[in-house]
Parts: sequence; C-alpha cells; structure tokens
Amino acid sequence: MTNSRNRTLILFALMGLLLLLEGTVHWQVHPLNADASGYTILSGSWNVVLEIVLMCLLSAIMALGVNLQWGYAGLFSTGIVGFVALGGLAGVLVSLPPVTAVWNAAGVGRLVVALLTGLGVVGLAVFAYGHLKGRARTWGVTAILVGGFFLYRAIFDPAVAYIEANDPAAAGNIGGLGLPALVAWPAGALMAAAAAWAIGKTALGLRSDYLAIATLGIGEIIVAVMKNEDWLDRGVKNATQIPRPWPVPTEVSLQESQRFLDFCANWGLNPVTASTIAVQLLYALLFTAVLLLILWACELALNSPWGRMMRAIRDNETASGAMGKDVTKRHLQVFILGAAICGLAGAMLVTRDGQLVPSSYTPLRFTFTIWLMVIVGGSGNNWGSVLGAFLIWYLWNKVFDWGSAAMWSATQYMDPASGLKSALTGSAEQMRTIVMGVILLVVLRFAPKGLLPEK
Amino acid sequence: MDFLNALVALLNFVVIPATAYGAQLALGALAATLVYGVLRFSNFALGDTMAFGAAVVILFTWWFQSMGISFGPLPTAILALPFGIAAMSAVALLTDRTVYRYYRRVKAKPVIVVIASMGVMFIMAGITRMIIGVQEIQFADGQKFLIDPTWFRTETGLNEGLALRMTQAITVVTAGLVVWALFWFLNRTRTGKSMRAYSDNEDLALLSGINPERVVAITWIIASGLAVIAGTLYGLDKSYKAFNYFALLLPIFAAAVVGGLGNPLGAIAGGFLIAYSEIGLTYAWKKVASYILPESLMPDGLMQLLSTEYKFSVSFAILIIVLLFKPTGIFKGKAV
Repeated sequence: MTNSRNRTLILFALMGLLLLLEGTVHWQVHPLNADASGYTILSGSWNVVLEIVLMCLLSAIMALGVNLQWGYAGLFSTGIVGFVALGGLAGVLVSLPPVTAVWNAAGVGRLVVALLTGLGVVGLAVFAYGHLKGRARTWGVTAILVGGFFLYRAIFDPAVAYIEANDPAAAGNIGGLGLPALVAWPAGALMAAAAAWAIGKTALGLRSDYLAIATLGIGEIIVAVMKNEDWLDRGVKNATQIPRPWPVPTEVSLQESQRFLDFCANWGLNPVTASTIAVQLLYALLFTAVLLLILWACELALNSPWGRMMRAIRDNETASGAMGKDVTKRHLQVFILGAAICGLAGAMLVTRDGQLVPSSYTPLRFTFTIWLMVIVGGSGNNWGSVLGAFLIWYLWNKVFDWGSAAMWSATQYMDPASGLKSALTGSAEQMRTIVMGVILLVVLRFAPKGLLPEK
Repeated sequence: MDFLNALVALLNFVVIPATAYGAQLALGALAATLVYGVLRFSNFALGDTMAFGAAVVILFTWWFQSMGISFGPLPTAILALPFGIAAMSAVALLTDRTVYRYYRRVKAKPVIVVIASMGVMFIMAGITRMIIGVQEIQFADGQKFLIDPTWFRTETGLNEGLALRMTQAITVVTAGLVVWALFWFLNRTRTGKSMRAYSDNEDLALLSGINPERVVAITWIIASGLAVIAGTLYGLDKSYKAFNYFALLLPIFAAAVVGGLGNPLGAIAGGFLIAYSEIGLTYAWKKVASYILPESLMPDGLMQLLSTEYKFSVSFAILIIVLLFKPTGIFKGKAV
C-alpha cells in the first residue's frame, strides 16, 4: 500500500519536474543549413507549459472515462473520438446564440418535426419487431423503415435547404440555445451518454473484437455527420465564437480593467503576457477542479461494492453471471458512464478553443492516444490514467519538436537540395505517430500493468 | 434505345465501379479473415499494411519507369507487385517475430493482441507516410481505357458511352486469379489443408503434428500478399493516398464479418455485398431514371438516398444488422 503510494508520488513528482524544466529552461539547437531561428528542445515558456497542461487535464478526464470502460469493465471501445466530438457539438448547440432568422415554422420547426418523425419511425419499427412474428415481421419492419426513411427525408430536406440558405457565409446553421458555456459541459456528457446508450443497446454483448469494430464505425459516423450537416454545426466551415465558461474573461477585457493593470504595474509584468497567462491559469484551475471531482468519484466507485462487482465481471463474466449479476446491464451502465465523461471533456475542450472544428476529430488523436494514456498509466488505476494522460500528452507535444530537431541535426551535412533531406526533415509529424506506436508496444509487452499497476 | 442507354449508365456508374471496389474489398476481407481464422484476432493494422505494401509497389514502379521498363498496355505497377509482396511479407514476418509471437506464447486474450495490432498500425502508418508522403499519387500508366466511351458512342450511336478503365478490368481479373489460386492452395495442397485444420481446431492440429509456427508464417505471407494486391489495386483504381487506407478498415471488416469471420468464401461475398450496397445507396439515380421514367414521373431531386460522405455508414449498418440477427455471418463463420 505505502509502496504503491510512494511510487505514485514519485512518478507524479517526476512529471512535475518535466513540466518545470519546460517552463524554466530555454534550449534550442542550431543545425547547419537550417532555419536560423533554430529548433526547440525545451521552450522555457510558461505559456507553452500551460497550453500543454490544459490539454493534459482534458486528456486526463477522457482517460478516466476510458479507464472506467476498459480498466473497470474490460470493454474495448474504439469510438472515443465520437463521444468527444458529441461533447463538442453540445458546446455549439447549447452555448452559441440562436440564429433567429431560421427559428420559425419553415426552419427549426420543420426540422424538429422531421427528427420526431425519424424517432417515431424507429420506435414503430422496434414495436413492430416485438409484436409481429415470422415473415410478417421481416416484411413489416422493412416496410416501416423504408417508408419511414422517405417520409423523413421529405420533411427533413426542405428544412435543411431553408436553414442552409440563410446567410451561408456567416451562419447557415440553427445556432444554439444561447445558454452559458458551463451548462454545455453537462449537456455534452448527456449527449454522449444518450449516444452510448443507443450504441450499447446494440453492440454490447458482442464479442470483444466485434465491439471494437462496431464502435470504430460509430466514431467515424458521428464525426462524418458533424462534418457534413451544415445546419447542425456549420460542418467543415467550423462553428466559431463559442463563449468561454464563467469565470474566464477574455484577454482584451483583462487588459482594459484598471485593477488588472495596477496589479501588473505593481509586480512589473507586461499586461499582454500576464493577461494570456491569467486566462490560461483560470482555465487550468477550472479544469483541475472538474478532474479532481471526477477522480474522487471514480475512486469512490472503484472501492465500493459496485467497483468490486465490476472487476469481478471483468475477470470472470461467467462466474459473476452465475452469482446473479446482470453482466450486460452492468456493461451498458459502465459504457454510458465512461462515454459521458468523454463527452464532458469534449464540451470543455470546445469552450476553451472557442470553436468546433469537426475535421480535427481524428481517431488517432482522440481514440488511440487516449487508449495509450490509459495503458501506459496502468489500466484500472485512476491515478495511473491521470499520470498517463500527462506523460503522453507531454510527449505528443515534445516528440514533434524533438523529431524536427533530431532530423535537422542528423541531416545537417547533407546536400540542402536533396529529396531525402526534405523527406526526413518534413517527417516530424510521422515521428510522433511512430513513437506513440513504439511506446504502446513496449508497455504492452514489458509492463502490461502500466506505470501505476492496479492494486 | 432509352432502355439501352439506362443500362449503359447503370453499368458505367454502378455495376463496373462496384464490381472493382467489391473485388478490392474482397481481397482485403480475405486477408482479415485468414489472419482471424489462424491467429484469432482482428488485425487493426490491415489498412496500413495495404498502404505500406502499395507504397513499396509505387516506389518500385517509379524505379522501373526511370529505367524505361513498362508493361505495354498494362500498368507498370503489376510488374512491381511481386516486389511489394516480398517486402511486405518480410515486414509481416518481422512484426510477428517481434510483436505477435509473444502474445501467442502467453496465450493472451484476443483483445490484448488487437491493442498490440493498434501499435503496429501506428508504426506502419508513420513509416508509410515518411517514405512516400501524404500527398495524392497517381501511378497508373499504360493504356487508360479498355472500352473507350467516345469510341463506344460512335460505334453504337447511344447517348451514354460505356467506359471500362484498364485499372477496373485489371482489378477484377487479378482478384479472380488470386482467389482461384488461394482456394486451390487451401483445398488442394498439404500446407493449405494444414492451415484449415489449424484454423478449425488448434489442439487437434497440434496433435496431428502440424507445426503451428509454420502455419502462422504462411498465413502472414498470404495475408500480406492479399493486402498488398488489394492496396495496389485500390490505389491504381482511385489514386493512392496514405490516409485513405485507414478508412477502408471498416468496410473490410464489415465484409469479413458479414460473410462469417474465418470463412474465405464469405469474405468474398461480403466484399461484393458491401460494395454494391455502398454504391447503390450513395449513387444519384437521376441519370438512369431519366432514361426509363416518363417525363411526368421524374422526381425533382438527385434521387440519391445517402450523400457520399456517409458511405461508411452503409457498411456499418450492414455490419450491425448481421451481428444482431445472424452473428456468425451469412455463411457460417467462427464462434461469436
């Protein structure tokens, strides 16, 4: 017990040291025949550190969600990117002001009718499936679904055309509810949970490989919808100007506030730099508070009878089933909880970025990296997931810089015009992918329990 | 005449592309299903295996072209295929030695091996993009059309010109040959039979003196060959882009699962089923309909059921329906 606690403390302290170095030491290399500004090894900038830490905190929240699914319950889902993206969508739909020009019967009204019709068709199909038998069931359900699809499109398409025709350069979408950004956070969790319920109802209970393939598809589809449905979130035109959560002010308003200027003058700070850092710090505090809350709840759950039951199910489904535990139901429950946490983090992410960029939701970035964090940190250990998130996100950032520096240094005596040189020096992005893959394989092979093993 | 025009349009925009795409998916699904049958895990690195193999083929193609070697009317890439397959097989065997063999030894749970294959996927994707870049590459050379649309129009006097591109014809012919060779190998040779035996019942196969490591090695070589051929044909047909191959993972797995994982015949049927549904549902039918339907019945829209961006949701929907109602696939596959 004390041993593992010491290990946790030491590893977190080391992680802190890495970030401290990043903030205090400025180290650049200047290879021959390269950019005069040099290549950064350590930035020595607190702004960079805060930037990294903010994403570490959000990644840690996502990792806690994945740890619930994988570490507690052994569910292998590859659709995390979908839940994170749904959380982001909630940021748009809840906190952007409504586009009032289309909130009328021809626009949003018709849209709501269309969506309700769609739901009704699915409900009717499910009902028919339950109440018909044999051939009648097959044909009945098919007829309902096919007919319902055309009915839905007939109502839906004109509404979408109407909404997207409204000022496509600036709007073309329905906007949101205009509620505070903090409301978007739980809304993101709820949307992800609702999607997870629908997915879990169909895909859970399949064998592990199938669940992985099915959730991979779900993730792709959710992101595809967000990229292509302009009426929903402006698609690839990106929804911008998502408001910040209370109590984070804008940099400009800080620079205009007399109290802040006095404070800067007292401490001899540059108001522009100080305002950026103050905003980042406020975000960091807010995110840390949420992370600690979730961490506390996860720890509580893990050490409760519920947590023991989950682990029992994970370790032996048959035996737990025989003891009267409803395996499928518990899986569904934990799947929804994990997805909700990822959705929450997704909503927090867009309220920080101030925009929703659907094309930024790639499986590499939001599914596999989060997995890596959980596995490296230690599956089943919440502190491990947090540590893994910090370490992997730090590396994700730094490997890019280090890769550039290494490649420029390695090729400094090569002919500047050679194709090989430009291929090598241009491959920093690829280095990142390769390093992440190597870390995953090495940890999985030599330390499958991760940095902080489950107790 | 209108009926003939409609038929040609249908062939042009649905049947021919779907057949070529289906053949590519079928080859990929065969690779997935073989690895699943023998090694018992879903190989997430398959998409990037295809990308990597095709990248090697492209490098050899460029080299051949620079030396002035060509394959007449056929693309030079066909000549480069064996080199790509050899390179990919070596990489696959190396990967098996360094990564997968350990998990076989400790009898790890399949899901752990799937996660390991994700690591392999990362590395392979990175290396592929490093050596060939992320840009779009056209590497089809030789004759462009087997049936030229303008020639067809003047010969037949129809409005629609039937176009059969060389790459499409090659895709179907190559896929046919490969599948024939694979089935001959699996059903007629001793090694092929030992592979099927190992896939059906591992313990019994071991008792009969089948060397598992040899079976595994041969499986990797065949799967690599299939993946490289599928990847190259896809690249020839649609142009090569390293990022696109990851997205092929879903339709390929869907094809393999729909046909019944571990069942080669099912993988082929699954590939064509997915391809035809995908293209049938995302094709704008207006053109075909304009020839058959009378003016008064023509609808206003494009008659497109789903926009092309959602083509992956088709394979997904088929996958889910099959898994829910017939979990072992249309042809009987391995256990659920």
